[in-house]
Amino acid sequence: MSAVTNKDHAELAEDFNRDENRVDWHDETLWWIRQKRDRIVHQIPDWELLRETASQIKHNVLSNMHSYLQQFEANALANGVHVHWALNAQEHNQIIRQLLKDKQITHMVKSKSMLTEECGLNEYLAEHGIEVIDSDLGERIVQLAKEPPSHIVLPCIHKKKEEIGDLFHMYLGTPSNVADPQILTEAARQHLREIFLTRRAALTGVNFAVAETGEFVVCTNEGNADMGAHLADIHIASMGIEKLIPERKHLGVFLRLLTRSATGQPITTYSSHFRKPRDGKEIHIVLVDNGRSEQLGRPDFRNSLKCIRCGACMNTCPVYRRSGGHSYHTAVAGPIGSILAPNLDMEKYADLPFASTLCGSCSNVCPVKIDIHDQLYKWRQVLVKKGYAPTAKKIGMQLMAATLSSPALYHTAGKAGRAALRYIPFAINNKLNPWYKHRDMPQAPKQSFRDWYLKNNS
Amino acid sequence: MNSREKILAAVAANQPDLVPLPDISPLNFSQDGLLEKLTSILTTTGSNVIPAANYQEIAEYINANYPEAKIVSPLAELESGRLTRYDTTNGIDFQDVELAIIKGHFAVAENGAIWVTEDHMLHRALPFITQHLIIVIEGKSIVPNMHEAYQTIGNSTYGFGTFISGPSKTADIEQSLVIGAHGARSLTVFLLP
Repeated sequence: MSAVTNKDHAELAEDFNRDENRVDWHDETLWWIRQKRDRIVHQIPDWELLRETASQIKHNVLSNMHSYLQQFEANALANGVHVHWALNAQEHNQIIRQLLKDKQITHMVKSKSMLTEECGLNEYLAEHGIEVIDSDLGERIVQLAKEPPSHIVLPCIHKKKEEIGDLFHMYLGTPSNVADPQILTEAARQHLREIFLTRRAALTGVNFAVAETGEFVVCTNEGNADMGAHLADIHIASMGIEKLIPERKHLGVFLRLLTRSATGQPITTYSSHFRKPRDGKEIHIVLVDNGRSEQLGRPDFRNSLKCIRCGACMNTCPVYRRSGGHSYHTAVAGPIGSILAPNLDMEKYADLPFASTLCGSCSNVCPVKIDIHDQLYKWRQVLVKKGYAPTAKKIGMQLMAATLSSPALYHTAGKAGRAALRYIPFAINNKLNPWYKHRDMPQAPKQSFRDWYLKNNS
Repeated sequence: MNSREKILAAVAANQPDLVPLPDISPLNFSQDGLLEKLTSILTTTGSNVIPAANYQEIAEYINANYPEAKIVSPLAELESGRLTRYDTTNGIDFQDVELAIIKGHFAVAENGAIWVTEDHMLHRALPFITQHLIIVIEGKSIVPNMHEAYQTIGNSTYGFGTFISGPSKTADIEQSLVIGAHGARSLTVFLLP
């Protein structure tokens, strides 16, 4: 479910911030995951070397993507896997619809794939009479709530267990007022088992695809991708073209980094390598561009394509933790989403690179060393130059430029500001002043530095 | 131009100059205490680890702990036991299996992941659809980390292979860890000499 809204990040964050207790709870939960990540990372003696190696492997991938894509395709075909190419979201959705149509399949089970969120696949298939059930527990919960995921690894991190209990009572027939995670998970297990056993088509995402062997890897803790894929007649894997890695041995680097960065786990419960379809069954891979080749051509931003979707940057981001994933109104929220989204639509996502303190924590935890906060800063410059800055900010900047370039104007403005703060503080400390919103205004000094200098040096 | 050609052309035009692959060999390390490390990580992530001298001991454990269960295993060593014969290529036929016993190629000390390929599974769905799972490995097959794991896998071919590191689990509801999401509710690892 892709987020449809006309509000920008600040407005959506304001909605989220109305419930202060929930903000605190959200903040603490994610910080706890960040701390788990720190603890496990420190158990790996060569962690920094591992990050650097992963970053360099990904750099090689970006610089050789043209031949890796063809190598992967040739090997996948030789393995008996069908390969499709999709230029954009629309083509991706059409390919999947056609595959289902050819087999007269109207019900599909899907494990987690942020790419299908990016493409709006569920809504598209629903419009064409095809039911999709998400099988990752977190995704199933937000699907029942008719919401998009708010986090790429923890899709319902914004939901309280009581709210999940209400949803399960309404849709899965659990007794009312049951909020015990054990009972709710068991109810979901029974409900989804029925789905797994009856669906002829299963869709999964792809964590890594290996050019050398034509295989791809899907990582889950729940086993939902495997339950779907192994029981269905047709397994469709949706994959962004940047998910490629050169050789099988490189999986060792990425599988060590992925879950340690994501949740502080040593590895996912299942890391499944799909190479060939079973006899009489089909595997289809859809290779999706959707703006990735364009991002590859932007030297300042191409490193964002190294992302392995661990979510570490979200868990550590002080803005994400206090504004909630939905405030980013894009499939991939948080710092990484804020550098990926403007590539897709600069106007629609012009607000996102500003949703950051530029503290650099995201870059510090990134397992593939993406310079996330530098890119956020660079996007701001691109967006302002292209005229996508908010009008109030544009006018403010123009006023500031005029004031700072004129000593007389600067002097007068300073004097007026100090006088106003002293005698009519309500003229500044009010809701009309956006700067006052989250800050206390300073105490006005008795004299300006200029006055002091003139007095003491004359 | 079709989409394939368009994507490949755009990628070729936009990719940076070729950067060489890094050497990943410095990432291998210590072979010390692998058995202890593996046992500790598997236990802390929710599996049972049981050392066994031979298959006879495994069979005795199964009889004592799963007296009524429907058991499926491709292991010839356990054939004299109470295994249910399955002659099927349809994964759905395994839906009422309570215990599956399979053999793992090797285990990784650093994260408790056990490598299993489909020739050891009867059917790809079996390790996931069963209510409980037992994996048998040999103690001498333990490798320190994922780099050596892939060295061991080498160029071997398989249609499907997976690292299994514990019982199926989720923490999607308020980050409370719940064992038994969609796959096996428990993992018991038997360590043979």
